[in-house]
Amino acid sequence: MSKRAAAAALTLPVGERDHAQGRADAPVTLVEYGDYECPHCGRACPIVKEVRRRLGQRLRFVFRNFPLRESHPHAEHAAEAAEAAAAQGKFWEMHDRLFERQFALDDDYLIEYAADLGLDAARVGKELAAGTYAPRVREDFRSGVTSGVNGTPTFFINGSRYDESWDLEALVSALERTAAEAAARPGR
Amino acid sequence: MATPPQGPGAPLPAGTPAPEFTLSSAPDRTVSLAEFRGRPLILAFYPADWSPVCGDQMALYNEVLPEFERYNARLLGISVDGTWCHAAFARDRRLHFALLADFEPKGAVARRYGAYREHDGFSERALFVIDGDGIIRWSDVSPIDVNPGADGILRALDALAGAGTPA
Repeated sequence: MSKRAAAAALTLPVGERDHAQGRADAPVTLVEYGDYECPHCGRACPIVKEVRRRLGQRLRFVFRNFPLRESHPHAEHAAEAAEAAAAQGKFWEMHDRLFERQFALDDDYLIEYAADLGLDAARVGKELAAGTYAPRVREDFRSGVTSGVNGTPTFFINGSRYDESWDLEALVSALERTAAEAAARPGR
Repeated sequence: MATPPQGPGAPLPAGTPAPEFTLSSAPDRTVSLAEFRGRPLILAFYPADWSPVCGDQMALYNEVLPEFERYNARLLGISVDGTWCHAAFARDRRLHFALLADFEPKGAVARRYGAYREHDGFSERALFVIDGDGIIRWSDVSPIDVNPGADGILRALDALAGAGTPA
């Protein structure tokens, strides 16, 4: 991944609007800007899962959409499908399914995955056709661009862009370091 | 490599009138700076078509075009590659903005913007935001292997627009 000398920072703080796994008061928050059709993001997905297992309660994970629509023709609708699933309470189930099946992201598949997950698939289909969640996806994208996301996946640890390797061990040690620093600060 | 003859170059700074140029954007078409009077213009000098970081950078800008358009800004990519090379690269990456060939005399425009790497024979990864009156309002040079992203450009466009958010 590309690097930059001056680390960039999240311009849109993590908040109520976000999809998050883990406690809101966790000492470390990992934000990923990702694209469901991006092979690197597909590779990152199980790594993030393992990272969450290792860090446990100390980590909150947030996923934001950064669909590269020109390179990945299905990425936008996949992102909207995940948002549509979120509206029915199953964002993470859809998020995982999309990464597992990133080779099959045509609209018909997206609707099929919604049905598999027990969602109102007809509603998801209508919302995809209407672009109901396009503004939300665009808001994610825009926040990524202004925060210095220049490719996918891009990670932020407690608001600062993480430019090092996101291989499992590297990412775990970076998060462990941040957790230790947070624990050492008075008042926590 | 010993001490390079130049580090990251010194691009023309904010406040400088942008040097005029006319370059080929296609084998049968030229583009001039003067055509962009009245609206913000982003010049993205980059080292070469096809090299990995440039590809990422141009692919990113391709995605961010709608954000630039919110400021009524246009984007031009510039490298020393020739028009046929640009055409193949743009087609392959489905780019929706023009790539200009700073090809003959090689790098002449990049030199005038303080964005040429004499030693390497290609331009810096340099960004310029030029206002509607042709004045450079922001410039930046990144290390050659670093994708500078679009956040700096958007901040500069935001400052140009004055009121924070564009209309």
